[in-house]
Amino acid sequence: MNESVVIHQPTTGEWKLPSRGVVGMACLIVAEAAIFIIFVVAYVFYIGKSIAGPKPHDVLELPIVSTICLLSSSITVHFAVSALHHGKRSLCSIWLALTVLLGGIFLAGTAQEWYQLIYHDGLTIQTNLFGTTFYSLVGLHASHVIVGLLMLSLALLFSLRGQMTVKHTERLEVLSLYWHFVDAVWVVVFLVVYVFGR
Amino acid sequence: MFACQISLSVASAVQSVSGQGSTSIFAPHGTPAQSIFGLSMLVLGIVTAIFLVVAGLLTYALLRYRARPTGADATQEPPQIYGSNQIELSWTVIPVLIVVILFLATTRVIFSTEKAQRPTAALDVTVIGHQFWWEYRYPKLGIVAANELHIPISDPNHPTPTYLTMTSADTDHSFWVPVLAGKMDLIPNKINTMWVDPQASGLYLGQCAQYCGTQHAKMLLRVYADTPAQFALWVASQQKPAVTGFSNSDAAAGEAVFQHNACISCHTVAGTVATGRFGPDLTHVGSRDTIASGAVPNTPANIRTFVDDPAHFKPGALMPPMHLNDHDLDLVTAYLTSLK
Amino acid sequence: MATQTPIAISKGDTALSRRLFFDAVQDWLTTVDHKKIGIMYIVYALLFLVVGGFEALLIRIQLAIPNNTFVSPQAFNRLFTMHGTTMVFFVGMPILFGFGNYLIPLMIGARDMAFPRLNSFSFWISAFGGVLLYFSYLGGDGLYGAGSAPDVGWFAYAPLTARIFSPGHSTDYWTLALLLSGVGSIGTALNIVATIICMRCPGMRLNRMPLLPWLYLVTSVMVFVAVSPLTAAQIMLMLDRYVGSHFFDTQAGGSAVLWMHFFWIFGHPEVYILVLPAFAFANEIIPVFSRKAIFGYPAMVAASVGIGFISLSVWAHHMFTVGLGPYGNTFFAFATMIIAVPTGIKIFNWLATLWGGKIQFTVPMMFAVAFLFQFLIAGLTGIMLSIVPFDWQLGNSYFVVAHFHYVLVGAILYMIFSAFYFWYPKMTGRMLNVALGKWHFWLFLIGFHLTFDFMHIPGILGMPRRIYTYEADRGWGTLNMIVSIGAIFQAVATLIFVYNLVSSYFKGEVAGADPWDAWTLEWSTTSPPPGYNFAITPTVESRRPLWDLKHPEDPDSNYEE
Repeated sequence: MNESVVIHQPTTGEWKLPSRGVVGMACLIVAEAAIFIIFVVAYVFYIGKSIAGPKPHDVLELPIVSTICLLSSSITVHFAVSALHHGKRSLCSIWLALTVLLGGIFLAGTAQEWYQLIYHDGLTIQTNLFGTTFYSLVGLHASHVIVGLLMLSLALLFSLRGQMTVKHTERLEVLSLYWHFVDAVWVVVFLVVYVFGR
Repeated sequence: MFACQISLSVASAVQSVSGQGSTSIFAPHGTPAQSIFGLSMLVLGIVTAIFLVVAGLLTYALLRYRARPTGADATQEPPQIYGSNQIELSWTVIPVLIVVILFLATTRVIFSTEKAQRPTAALDVTVIGHQFWWEYRYPKLGIVAANELHIPISDPNHPTPTYLTMTSADTDHSFWVPVLAGKMDLIPNKINTMWVDPQASGLYLGQCAQYCGTQHAKMLLRVYADTPAQFALWVASQQKPAVTGFSNSDAAAGEAVFQHNACISCHTVAGTVATGRFGPDLTHVGSRDTIASGAVPNTPANIRTFVDDPAHFKPGALMPPMHLNDHDLDLVTAYLTSLK
Repeated sequence: MATQTPIAISKGDTALSRRLFFDAVQDWLTTVDHKKIGIMYIVYALLFLVVGGFEALLIRIQLAIPNNTFVSPQAFNRLFTMHGTTMVFFVGMPILFGFGNYLIPLMIGARDMAFPRLNSFSFWISAFGGVLLYFSYLGGDGLYGAGSAPDVGWFAYAPLTARIFSPGHSTDYWTLALLLSGVGSIGTALNIVATIICMRCPGMRLNRMPLLPWLYLVTSVMVFVAVSPLTAAQIMLMLDRYVGSHFFDTQAGGSAVLWMHFFWIFGHPEVYILVLPAFAFANEIIPVFSRKAIFGYPAMVAASVGIGFISLSVWAHHMFTVGLGPYGNTFFAFATMIIAVPTGIKIFNWLATLWGGKIQFTVPMMFAVAFLFQFLIAGLTGIMLSIVPFDWQLGNSYFVVAHFHYVLVGAILYMIFSAFYFWYPKMTGRMLNVALGKWHFWLFLIGFHLTFDFMHIPGILGMPRRIYTYEADRGWGTLNMIVSIGAIFQAVATLIFVYNLVSSYFKGEVAGADPWDAWTLEWSTTSPPPGYNFAITPTVESRRPLWDLKHPEDPDSNYEE
C-alpha cells in the first residue's frame, strides 16, 4: 500500500448508522409492496367489469376467523422477539410455535375457501375477471404467507435446538418485520376484496 | 354517370401514379393538423432559443476557461465556488415560467381538438383495425368498405368534418395521416374518436403507427377527400349490392369458383352467399386503386398473384394461399376485377 | 484483483498453469468481492453492447433502402425487439450496477457492499436472464428464421402477446428473461441502499457524501418502485398465457390499456434509472477536469431526488395517443414538463462548474463535454414530445426513436465511455491509450450525429417506427441511408474502444493511485485497490477529503454549511 494516502483522524463523537438487516428488509418490503399495489389496482380496476360468471357478493364470505388468526400472529411474533431479546429462549420457542400455528390456520382457511369457490361456486381463475383478479391477488398474498411460515418454522427449529440466542435478536426482528408486512398486506386485501369490492 | 365514374378513377389514378401525398407533419391540411402545426412552431421557437442560449454559454465557457499549460498561474487551482443562491433561484424560476407558457398553449390545443363542437352535418365513419387491413363502415349510409377511405371535403363556412369512431378487432393499431391530423390508436375493447376536415380534395397518405404484428409496415392508409359531387357518386356506387349479370363469361365462372371455395368464410360480397367478416369486404373491390391495404396497385396481375399466395406481397398476412389451379385463378381474378 | 506480478512459468509446467487458470476461474465464479462483481457486470454488459449493436447494424442495413429484402419481416421484428430488450436490460442496467458496485464502497470508505453474497446472487441471476433471452434465437425454426426470439417489441403490448396472437414461445422468453433480470436488479438496488445508509465511514454524513452515491441511492429506491410493477405485469401475462386468466384478454372484458399503464409505470422510471447514474458520473468527472468543486451540491441533491420523485408520475406521456381523454392528457403533459425544471438545474450547475475553472480536455472530459451538449438537445426534444398535440404527430414515429437514442446513446453511453476512461486506471492500474481514445471519440461523434441527428427528419416526414420497410415514394430513402452510414462509424469506433480496453490492460502506462489529481476516497487507495479496500477506515470532514489533504491551508470544511 505504498502509494495510497492514509486518511486518519480521531473520530469526533459516536458514529452510529442504522442496521443493515433492517434497512435491507425495509427495501424488500417497499419492492414487494409495489408488486402488491399493482395487483390491487388490477382488482379495483376490474370491479364490476366481469361479463359473466359469479360476482363477489354471490360467493364471498368475510373470512373473520382467518383474519383474526393472522393478525394475532403479528402479536405473537412480536412477543417472540421480545422474549429472545430478554434471553428467554423457551418462551421464544412457544411464541414462535403459536405464530406458526396461527399462520397455518389462516392458510387452511384460505384453502377451504378456495375449495368451496372452485367446486361449489364454479369460480376459477379462468371464469371471469373477478376470478382472475381474486385468485391472483389472494394467491400472491398466500404465497408470501407460505414463505414467511417456512422461515418462521426454521427459526422455531433453531430455537428448539437451542441454537438461537440473544445475539440473534436482530435477525429474528428482521424476519418479524417481514411477517408484519404480510399481515399489513392482508388488511389491505381484506378491505379491498371482502369489504369494498363486494 | 359512367363517365363521371371514369373521371373519378382517372383522377385518383393520376394522383397515385404521380406519388402525390405528402406525409409531412409540417404540411398540414385541415384544422387538427393546422392547430398542431401552429403550436409546434411556437414550441420549436422556444426550444431553439433555449438551445442557442445554453449551448452558447457552454461553448463560451469551454473556450474561455480552458486550461493553459503556460502562464503565471498554470499550476494553481482556480477559485473554488461552491454555489450562489441568487443565481440558482433565477435559473429555477425562469424555466418554471417557460413551462407555464408551454403548458397553457398545450392545454388550449388539447381541448380545442378533443372537445371540439361537433357540427350537425358531420359524417360518421366507424374504423375497425385488423391485422393488417382497415375496415370502414358508414352506419348512416349503409356502406361497408375496406382500405380506402372516402370522405367529403369540408367547407369552413359550412363544416362537414368526418368523425372517426375507432376500435380494433384484434391487436392495437394506430390511424396516422399526418397532413390531416395527429394519430389516434385503435384498441380492442375500447372506443376512440378523432375528426378530420380536409379542405382541399385529393389523396392523403398515411399508415398504421402502432406495432401490430408481422405486416405492420404494410398496413397503409389512403384517404380520398372528395368534392361533394365526387363523394355523392362514390356513395351511390358503394351502396349498390355486388354486380350481377356479368358480360364477361370468365367473371361469371369466377363467381362460381369464389363461392365454392373457402373465400366466402372470410369475405363478404353483398347480395351473395359470401358473408365472411374476417377479411376485407370485397363487394366493390374492383373500384379500388390498390389492394392489400395499399401495398400494391389494383391490377389483374396483382390480384392474381395475391390470391395465389398473399405472402408474395405481404409475408405474414393472415390470408392463407388458396391453392387454386391456374385456370381457376384466372377466373377468380376476372370476377374480382369486375366487382366495381 | 490485488496488484499481481506475473508469475514466471517454465515451459514444462502446463499442469501448474492449468491449475492457476482454474484457480482464477474459480476465484471469479465464487467471488463476493464488490470490485470483482462490478467488473463482471461491466464485461458482461460490454459483450451485450457489441451483440445489441450488431443487431442494430442489421436493422440499419435493412432500412437503408426502401423495399429492401435483406432480412424477412419476421426476422426484422425479432431484431428490433431483441435490440431494445438487450440494450435496456442487459447493457444499461448491468453496466450501471457494475460501476455502482465497484465505486460505492470505495467512495464511502467501506470495505464491501452490505450483503456480499446477495451481490453475487444478483449478478448471476441477471446474467442467466441474458443467456436465456439469447437462447431464444436457437428455439423455434432455428437460427435462420431467428428462431423463437421475442418479436413483440421491447414493450410487448397486449393483446399482441396473448397466446392467440403470439403462439410459440417468443413472448415467454421475453417474460422469463426479464423476470430474472428484475430479481437481480432489486437485489442489487437493495444492496446499494443498505450499503449507503449503513456503511459510510465516520464523519461522512449524508450531506458530505459524494454525489455519485447520492444518485445511486435515488436510483435504487426508484428500482424498488419501478421494477416491481413490471414483475407484477409479467406475472399477470404468464397467468393469461398459461393458466387462462383474463388480465389483458380483451375478448373477456380485459383491458389492453391496463398493460400499457403497468408497463410504463415501470418503463418511464426505468429510463431515469438508466440516466441518473450517467448524471452521477458527470458529477464526479466534470469537477475534476474543471479543477473546481461541483457548483451547488445541495441543489444537485435536491434536483436528483426531485427528478426521481416526479419521474414516477409522468408515465402516460407514452400513451398520449391511446385515448386518455383531455384531462388525463393535460395532467401527464404538466408532470412531464415540470421534470424539465430539475433537469435544467443540473445542466446549469454543470455549466457553472465549468465556469471560471481550468478545463482539461482529457479523453474522459471530451466525452463529458459531448454529453452536455447532447443531453441538452435530448432534453429539448423531450419537451417537444411533452406538448401533447405535437406528440399526436411525433409519437410512435422515428422522431421518438431519435429522441430516446439521443438520451440513451448521446447522454448515457457517452458518460459510460467517459466513466471507463476515468476509472479504468483505478480498476486495472493502467491508463487507457489516449490516441486510441481520441479516435474512438471522433469516429463515434461523427457516426452518432449522422445517425441520430438525421433520424429526427423521417419522423417529421411521417415515418412510423417498427416497420421492416417503407414505401419508395415517401421521400424517406436518402435520410435512412445517411442514418445507416452513421451506424457503421459507431460500430468501428466501438471496436476501437474494445481493442483499447484489452490492449491497455497489458501495455498501458502504469497509472498510480491518483492519475487525475482527484478528490474522492477511491483515489486514496492503490490502483487497483487491495481486496479489503482500506487498511484503516478513513474519517472525513468534508465532501472532498483528498482536496483537504492536498490543500491544508484551504480545506473544503471551511466552506461547507
